[in-house]
This record gives sequence, structure tokens and C-alpha cells, in this order.
Amino acid sequence: MKRTWLWIPLALFGLFFAVMAVGLSKPSSTTITSKMIGKPLPKFSLPPAHAPQPGLGSASFQQGQPRLLNIFASWCIPCIAEAPVLSEMARKGVPIDAIAIRDRPQDVDRFLKRNGNPYQRIGSDVNSAVQMALGSSGVPETFVVDGRGIIRYQHIGDIRPEDVPEIMAALRAAQ
Amino acid sequence: MNDFQTRRAEPVEAPFSHSRMWVRAKNGPSTSSGLRRLIAPALLLIATPALADSLMPDAQWANAQLPDAQQEHEAKALMEKIRCLVCQGQSVADSDSDLAGDMRSLIRTRIAAGEKPEAIRAWLIERYGNWISYEPPMTGITAPLWILPLLLLALGVWLARGRFRKRKAK
Repeated sequence: MKRTWLWIPLALFGLFFAVMAVGLSKPSSTTITSKMIGKPLPKFSLPPAHAPQPGLGSASFQQGQPRLLNIFASWCIPCIAEAPVLSEMARKGVPIDAIAIRDRPQDVDRFLKRNGNPYQRIGSDVNSAVQMALGSSGVPETFVVDGRGIIRYQHIGDIRPEDVPEIMAALRAAQ
Repeated sequence: MNDFQTRRAEPVEAPFSHSRMWVRAKNGPSTSSGLRRLIAPALLLIATPALADSLMPDAQWANAQLPDAQQEHEAKALMEKIRCLVCQGQSVADSDSDLAGDMRSLIRTRIAAGEKPEAIRAWLIERYGNWISYEPPMTGITAPLWILPLLLLALGVWLARGRFRKRKAK
């Protein structure tokens, strides 16, 4: 009986070792989801990101219809990948507004000319302040905001064609 | 084989296409592995720095200290306890990412406006969850972090007491 007790420290060490080894071989890449889902959109008012289009304020999300709020940047590569998908959704009548993160007007202009412009309004968030207020951790991200200004859904990363049905379902659920 | 190759073998999922990890999203369709080993890292070296970051200058207080030493001290202490969303595992004080710079600027601006560090921390936790803080609160899941050391210490005292008793008995 006493002999078996002697093995316990070694067994504990083995367990510890295994946990560490697994942790090392599989580095975690945590996706940080916003904790603002289900809460009202924080109050903000952003200036236009480029001259031809209006800026974006939280008041735009109080009009009774759910809208998409896309967080993008001209310097963000996956944003180029999702641009045609967003354009297709806009063509189907989905209202999309955007926040451009740390962007200059001329860069936003060039990005939209090259990749299409699915947005109705684009606010310029030069110091990521609204992005942080939203609990967003990178670009691109897309929020579904219902007609009363409550955040209903968050998509992290670029929207691919296979993601569209889920986002459309979230929009319908937010009606 | 190396870091690049192990990542290459993983399926590209949506989170990998997020900009904080966009390098992984660049993985294209597969070519012969020998060729890939040579060309792909070289392409990454050439292409990555040009578009990975914003062209905007740093936010006002991202890398400048507050004039008031006491406020700067409070801000710095808070930054060291807030985790960077981009370089996960670094604090906001240590990270060079744009978002960390903007977060430092946000912290300094709010402290300069008279806000308490605890309130700013609570504001960030409300948005990103406890993950953002390096000081986890005591909850059902984290309770062992505090309780276990005390239990182990008690066990040690109990074991040592047994030994000392035996020695006295001799």
C-alpha cells in the first residue's frame, strides 16, 4: 500500500508534462468574440471615410430595419476577398454600412474603386475607438444590427459564399 | 517539419482569415511540396510588410507618456494587465500592433480625463470578456487557481508535521 503512494508524485509530473507537451504542439489561436451581442450598439458618430459618401453614426441603426455593419480597411487583405460577396448581398437588397479602420480617404477611395462599393455609409475610425467600443478584435468583421440598434450577430473574418446563408438567417431573425 | 509547414497542413478556416492572422490566410492552392517549401516563404517575405498594417500614423498617446507622472504610472500599470488582441500573449504595453497602440492611447486619454483604471478595465472586459485581462476574477472555473495553492501548502505543513513528530519520538 505504501509503495503505490510513492508513485503519485511521478504520476502527477507525468500528467503535468503531458498537458504542457500538448499545449506546445498545439498553440492556441483564440478567436475573441464580442461580448456586445444582445446589447445596444454603443453611441458613436464618425466622419465620412471618403468624400462621396456620408459618415456613419449609431442613429442610422434605429430605423426599424436590420442592417449589416462591416468593419474593414483598405490595408486588409481578407477584406478584398470578401468584397465580391458583400457586393452580391448589397445587390440582393441587404443594407450595408461600414466602418473603415485607421484609413486615409485616398486609400478608401482606391480600395472601393478596385473592389466595388456595397456600402451606403462609411464612417472613418482613425484610432480604432469605435472598433474597441464594439468589442471587435480585427478586420474584417461584420455585425448584424436590428432595427432598434441591438447587436444580434457577429461574423469574424472574411465572409465567404458559404457564410452567406447564416448571415441572411441572422438578418431575418433580427426583423 | 518547420512551423510554416505544420500550419500549411491545417485547413484554412474562417478565423485564420482575420487580419490579425492574415499571413496564414495567404496559403494558396497546393503545389508540389518541394517547390512550395522554397517559393512560398520567399513570397511571404516579399509581400507581407507592404500591406499588413495601416498607413496611418500612431494615435496621439500610443507611444507618448502623459505629462502627469502619477497618471502615466497608473496608465502604464493598467496597460501591463491588458492583453493584446493581435499578438495574443503579449500585454498591450509590450505589443507593437496598431490595435495595441490605439488601446494604449485610449487608456492614457481616459486616465488623463480622470477615469479610474478599474473602470477602464471593466469597460474592456464588458466588450471582450475576461480574456482581455491578465488578472482573472475569481469565478467557479478560476477558483482552483487561488484555492489549490492554499490546499497544497496545508498538505505540505501536514506532511512536515508528521516527519517532525517521528523525529521527536526517536
